Amino acid sequence: MATIPISRSKKEYDVVIVGSGAGGGQMAYTLCLAGLKCVMLEAGRSYVPETETPMMQRGDHAPLGGSSTPDKPFGFYDATVNGGWEVPNEPYTQGSDNPEEQFRWWRARMLGGRTNHWGRISLRNGPYDFKPFSRDGLGFDWPIGYEDVEPYYTKVERLIGVYGTNEGLENTPDSPAGVLQPPPKGRVGDLMTQKAGKAMGVPVVPIHRAVLTRPMDGKKLAAQLHPEDADTQKIVAESMVNRAPCFWATDCGRGCSIRANYQSTTVHLPPALATGNLDIIADAHVREVIIGKDGKAKGVLFIDKTTGKEERVLGKAVVLAASSGESVRIMLNSNGGEGIANSSGLVGKYIMDTVGSDLRGQIPALENLPPHNDDGAGGCHFYSPWWLYKDQLAGRLDFARGYHIEIGGTRRMPEGNLPVPAHYLKGLYGTKLKEEARRYYGSFISLSCRGEMIPNEGSYADLDPDVTDKWGIPVMRWHWKWSDHELNMAAHAQKTFTAIIEEMGGTALTNPQKSGRDTILQGGQVIHEVGGAIMGEDRATSVCNQWNQTWDIDNLFLCDGAPFASNADKNPTQTIMALAWRSGEYLVDQARKGNL
Amino acid sequence: MIENRLARRKVLQWFAAFAAVDANGGPVLGRAVVPGVVNGYGTDPSLATFNQRGDYWSLTMTQQQRAVTEALADIILPADDHGPAASAVGVVDFVDEWISAPYPRQEQDREVIIPGIAWIDSEAEKRFGALFSDLVDPLQKQAICDDLCDSAAQSKGQRQAVQFFHRFTTICTGAYYSTPEGWQAVGYVGNMPSGAFAGPPVEVLDLLNLTQTVLE
Repeated sequence: MATIPISRSKKEYDVVIVGSGAGGGQMAYTLCLAGLKCVMLEAGRSYVPETETPMMQRGDHAPLGGSSTPDKPFGFYDATVNGGWEVPNEPYTQGSDNPEEQFRWWRARMLGGRTNHWGRISLRNGPYDFKPFSRDGLGFDWPIGYEDVEPYYTKVERLIGVYGTNEGLENTPDSPAGVLQPPPKGRVGDLMTQKAGKAMGVPVVPIHRAVLTRPMDGKKLAAQLHPEDADTQKIVAESMVNRAPCFWATDCGRGCSIRANYQSTTVHLPPALATGNLDIIADAHVREVIIGKDGKAKGVLFIDKTTGKEERVLGKAVVLAASSGESVRIMLNSNGGEGIANSSGLVGKYIMDTVGSDLRGQIPALENLPPHNDDGAGGCHFYSPWWLYKDQLAGRLDFARGYHIEIGGTRRMPEGNLPVPAHYLKGLYGTKLKEEARRYYGSFISLSCRGEMIPNEGSYADLDPDVTDKWGIPVMRWHWKWSDHELNMAAHAQKTFTAIIEEMGGTALTNPQKSGRDTILQGGQVIHEVGGAIMGEDRATSVCNQWNQTWDIDNLFLCDGAPFASNADKNPTQTIMALAWRSGEYLVDQARKGNL
Repeated sequence: MIENRLARRKVLQWFAAFAAVDANGGPVLGRAVVPGVVNGYGTDPSLATFNQRGDYWSLTMTQQQRAVTEALADIILPADDHGPAASAVGVVDFVDEWISAPYPRQEQDREVIIPGIAWIDSEAEKRFGALFSDLVDPLQKQAICDDLCDSAAQSKGQRQAVQFFHRFTTICTGAYYSTPEGWQAVGYVGNMPSGAFAGPPVEVLDLLNLTQTVLE
């Protein structure tokens, strides 16, 4: 996409936005369409999904069949550029040698950030999720409720396009009629799980994902989103009609050249750029927020990775949307390393990820099924929203929050790795091997727990006192702890998954782990890092207010996952966007009142 | 031809190395391998292209090693009613690319596969008086493979040979099923743009006694 070198940047912008993912993309969209002049800094390179996405490439077109390597941890065709668990020249450290107390940090270095690598699962937080402390006395309440965010969830769903259904389930909000796109058909694995779930009281319903299943009615949607402004409607409508619906092939993790799924570069940035109000500077590694004598943010100081030089961009307000960890790093490194917006002492505290625990089952009924196309929408079709709220409230479970179950596909495209787990073919060769591969292929169903983590004192990030990156900037040091709530949840999920698999007549591939410690994924591994600058009711107990505005610096806004006061089982991306839109409208309002 | 064969001493060394790999096996996920520092394809390869084997690093197998790979791969995945032989769909090049790759997992495999290829040649020579790649009678090749399938192998050497065969089979099978011919053999249908997603056909739903719950 169109970027500019620093030499062509304006002397001052209305707003400097750090980060180009879900939060930064939404901010650029909201602010630029409202007429504010913005500059966006991205730490990685520019990216053009229309020409760079490997839509139909097969495993035999890729080195090593596309299987994962240290250079491409999620496989050759994963959209991520210059990213992964380790990023060259930008190390991070751990506060402990104990792997259980370590956090794995996934980063991308490309326009669109982590919206290039995600499952497109777009779930709304429910009413309970904004007031968890009031419900069970753990963690923190948000200073806002579902009713405050609901209009923005609806706006986001209209803008990005989300498929799914309204099921009327507890704490699993419906969208207004006509907002969601129709869901795709259930796959065999979905329908099998749904049937088994029904017998066990586990609801299995269509999931919500940011993938178009129908063309967008650009004119109508743009008018609903921007009723006051005909010019804005024209820009938004044009961007929408240039998106094609899913063509039912290609895993979404590769990106999407036809713009059928949401990523920042195909949905947020094109209309923002079309206003003429947005400049994007790529390869800009932000070191700190520049603070003026009046205590306000004046812009940011960054390293131009193409020259290695320190550069500055100035603005009347600064939005950090660099991902929780990066925004925390920038805040702690500002003001000569003293940190900013940290009178509460809470910058870096209460980092959360999602509880992950997976189990795969082999289902004899699925052996030797007639071949059929199972590709679908390039990701999940069905899931189970958390269903035991009442048991939990009655104290019948040994963990306080919920998880949802994501159902993994069955007949996926084989790409360089075995089409079935290795031990099903061990000791075989010749035609017998081919017969057994065909027999077992497609007979496996994966169930994944994605659950809520309660913020705790042992999960936080600070600056490493000794280690710096290539440009001499102190790096993040992570500290991690799961509480019994998360560990017990993971154990519960294993037990539940085993029961579902057995209900289908199948067998779990591994013995269900009785101990949560043995099954829970490492902190950070689900890549839902949020928190680190939580929002709250007052400046003593939080870093920012309900507008994502820091208490200490009123022209500094945090619009990634950092302000999350809790991390519901619902995947965070849609909430990041909804809050960024809400914060963006507030910022526009402040600008119009002359308060910037 | 002879210079490509390893001396028995070397093969024994390989067995020792193999034991080390075995103890240390499993995914490389948890290891601190910094990307971009090896001469692989780097962290920003061009994705929307059609790569050929050898585009990013040289293929390093000798002709004899490739000949054994072809002979063994075609016993493991022969031409039959399910599809063509492994060598007809590029499996030999794939194995060569795999064991030549500069990544930890592949380097581990190289330490297993290259000595294993030498071992199977010497085993064939010992039993049938010809290198494995020169054996004409498929029954002779199968006789060796049958021994390598024996998971109840007793001696350490036998166990290591069994593991070589399993690892070699795994790489070949992954390669085979990443091709359209492999897809047909295993029953994968897809990677085709379409105007609609029909879901499982009625025939499949009926077999499983399922009902499609997402209606028009």
